Amino acid sequence: MSLLKVTNLTKSFGGVSAIRDLSFTIEPGTIHSIIGPNGAGKTTLFNLITGVYTPSSGSVRFADREIGGVEPHKLAALGMNRTFQNLQIFHNMSAVENVMVGAHLHLQKGLLHSLLRLPSLARSEVETRKHCWELMDFVGLSQYRDAEASAMSYGALKRLEIARALAAKPKLLLLDEPAAGLNDTETREVDEVIKRIAAQGITVVLVEHDMKMVMGISDHILVLDYGAKLAEGTPAEIRSNPDVIAAYLGNVG
Amino acid sequence: MLESSIQFILAGLTSGAIYALVGLGFTIIYNASHVINFAQGEFIVIGGMSTVALMAAGLPLPVAIMLATLVTMAVGMALAKFAIQPARDADVVALIIITIGASIFLRGIVQLVFGKDIHSLPHFSGETPLNLMGATLMPQSLWVMGVAAALILVMAWFFNATLAGKAMLATAYNALAARLMGVDTKWVLLSAFALSALLGAVGGIVVTPITFVSYESGIMLGLKGFSAAVLGGLGNGVGAVAGGLILGIVESMSAGYISSAYKDAIAFVIILVVLVARPNGLFGKKGIDRV
Amino acid sequence: MSAFLQRHRGLLILAACIALLPLGVRNDYHYDVLINAGLNAIVVVGLNLLIGYAGQISLGHAAFFGLGAYASAILTTTYGWHSLTAMGAGMAGVGVLAYVVARPILRLKGHYLAMATLGIGVIISIVLNTEAQITGGPDGMSAEPFSVFGFAFQTEKSWYWLVGGCLLASVWLATNLINSPIGRALRALHGAEVGARVVGIDTTHYKVLIFVISAMFASFAGSLFAHHTPTVTPSILGFIKSVEFVVMAVFGGMASVMGSVVGAFIMTLLPNVLASIEDFEPIILGAIMMGTMIFMPKGLVPTIAKKLRRKEAP
Ligand SMILES: Nc1ncnc2c1ncn2[C@@H]1O[C@H](COP(=O)(O)OP(=O)(O)O)[C@@H](O)[C@H]1O
Ligand SMILES: [Mg+2]
Repeated sequence: MSLLKVTNLTKSFGGVSAIRDLSFTIEPGTIHSIIGPNGAGKTTLFNLITGVYTPSSGSVRFADREIGGVEPHKLAALGMNRTFQNLQIFHNMSAVENVMVGAHLHLQKGLLHSLLRLPSLARSEVETRKHCWELMDFVGLSQYRDAEASAMSYGALKRLEIARALAAKPKLLLLDEPAAGLNDTETREVDEVIKRIAAQGITVVLVEHDMKMVMGISDHILVLDYGAKLAEGTPAEIRSNPDVIAAYLGNVG
Repeated sequence: MLESSIQFILAGLTSGAIYALVGLGFTIIYNASHVINFAQGEFIVIGGMSTVALMAAGLPLPVAIMLATLVTMAVGMALAKFAIQPARDADVVALIIITIGASIFLRGIVQLVFGKDIHSLPHFSGETPLNLMGATLMPQSLWVMGVAAALILVMAWFFNATLAGKAMLATAYNALAARLMGVDTKWVLLSAFALSALLGAVGGIVVTPITFVSYESGIMLGLKGFSAAVLGGLGNGVGAVAGGLILGIVESMSAGYISSAYKDAIAFVIILVVLVARPNGLFGKKGIDRV
Repeated sequence: MSAFLQRHRGLLILAACIALLPLGVRNDYHYDVLINAGLNAIVVVGLNLLIGYAGQISLGHAAFFGLGAYASAILTTTYGWHSLTAMGAGMAGVGVLAYVVARPILRLKGHYLAMATLGIGVIISIVLNTEAQITGGPDGMSAEPFSVFGFAFQTEKSWYWLVGGCLLASVWLATNLINSPIGRALRALHGAEVGARVVGIDTTHYKVLIFVISAMFASFAGSLFAHHTPTVTPSILGFIKSVEFVVMAVFGGMASVMGSVVGAFIMTLLPNVLASIEDFEPIILGAIMMGTMIFMPKGLVPTIAKKLRRKEAP
């Protein structure tokens, strides 16, 4: 059974369709990439899947439930999480607190416990912090364990968002251009992190412009153009698809 | 029944015209700087009070009005230059505190210079009431509505037909782009404060013969102007004018038909209902968080 | 234990200040000013949770303070309730009211939310002003003396310790809350609302929750105020009073519990200090408000704390 099933999905902004009549499925346990030129509608698609936008029409099913229009925090509770192309960092908090927010779903949130800081809450806080530090290590942010988020570089913040999403223990993780703006070493690190995430059984949907990375780690690729599907298939199929070559990949060696 | 309705509508239009002017003042400054200027009500007081003082000093009314308006505009520009510009990068709440601080500061100065007494001005064209379909109307009300209408039209012309006005609108739409196109955004800020001080001062002067003026009258008028601007949809000039008129009429109708003690409360209930139904005001566009 | 000390350093400093302040107190008037400062501080600690931490403005919080005060005054005199029961009923009522209004209005953002909260404050204040048979109207009314387990608080000195203790408790509760998952959720929705929602935070729920909690802080302080002040009048719940609370929070420092306390004390003491030059009071007050925001927009305590930290680090 597919983990995510998108059928005839359409989203328009005042007459302009950013996504048109799009259908595809994502199988569990795979790395699924979505590529396409700027403005193709990749981020909009993420926003539709994660409940940030409501579809104009069509359906999105996640783990066999219709989720079009369901609020983002409920989707997170169902096991969906994401990062943002333009970052949604909590700049008013420390790095590890950002990650701890990701763990929110799994924490004790009783008002009385919090106001009085009862021992059970105090203990769980210590454990959560430790776990979130480990997640920061996992994405290569060990040196930022005690940093404030506002003092971190762009590349580090991109990875901080990955750690934050992982803290929620998602089944489906959507990454919107995780390597944009990173140098070559950082890109290779992120590539490595994504592989290790997938190895844990988390299904990854990746939007990325770095073709070397996309071709190297994807099980399946969807090509978007003007909000519609241009092609779909394995990296090898995409590389040899004449439409894709003509429209988009023509100049990629 | 009909007469009393007309009576209430006329009274509502008179106070609504002032709210519209104050609301428009809020809008102009908001568009130029995204600042809500809580000192807007003080412009009204300074305009009214200075006219009173200048007339007491023996100047004829027209000269007093001109000078008082200039004084208020100078105050507005000083406020922009010394309090708003240095804090351009502060966040919304800090800017709100600055303008509230400015209003307290200006109120203190007014109180020091003019005292705590309530003042008035002579009616511009006498106090013989006019008869309108069975309702009575003070000629001064016509002055208020006429002057407000004229000012609103001038503003509409200024923003739609002059280069300076268009530059100010462009800044409202996209400050960075406007700056790149060579618009001096500092100048825009100063002009916005000068213009809205002008609206406040003139509004304050024409309404003083009816409502009187004291150092404290700016508080409620400022709130009403803010309400008018929000009701119409912040940043929308037409909305602010409509918001002001609606507010004025709602108030005078509720005072007349329901309870005069509750007229302000009813006005605010209606604003709340509108905001809950339309979170960006009557004429505001729906915003969407872009991520 | 050391974690406790680190988290509650401000609390300990505050406790020391409260313990030492009476050494400088010469008369009941001094106590009176300090008690009012402490009551304001309790309101502002709660309000700062809403404004500073969760990033949601309220220009109507004096109404909740006033409702608490009137609940205590009316219930203890007209209905002869015990002062603690009256205080609890006031807080519960204010909590329910805040919940009912918060759900629709907290969908609003920025200036629209400011307008809506302002409107609610104005409406409540007009109602209390107008319903004179119940509230005494503009003349106000007074409450029975405050008593706990048979001990009636009569002297200024006993009030000082009562309010000092309540302030410490408020600071402790607020600090705990901020450093809990709930507190992080609040700060997160302030920092990046969409980001917070997507990682699983029901932002509407938390906005409403903190609005209700901060309203109940205000109601609590209002109840104490009613018992301490000779008469409760509608002036304590008007727009100006709401603005004063916000000014205290912002002046002392947004998202800073100790900032709330410092802001409340300075802004309460200042008019008393300036009273000798009465005519200049509003001018100086206004100038201080503008000056602080221009030269230290983060507020007093965070700005000074940052300076100190920079000095500590090499
Ligand atoms: N909130 C929005 N309002 C209006 N247009 C939008 C909005 N979000 C995206 N768009 C438009 O949708 C199209 C696709 O954008 P996007 O999804 O960001 O593309 P990509 O991520 O593939 O670069 C663009 O034309 C963009 O301007
Ligand atoms: Mg994108």
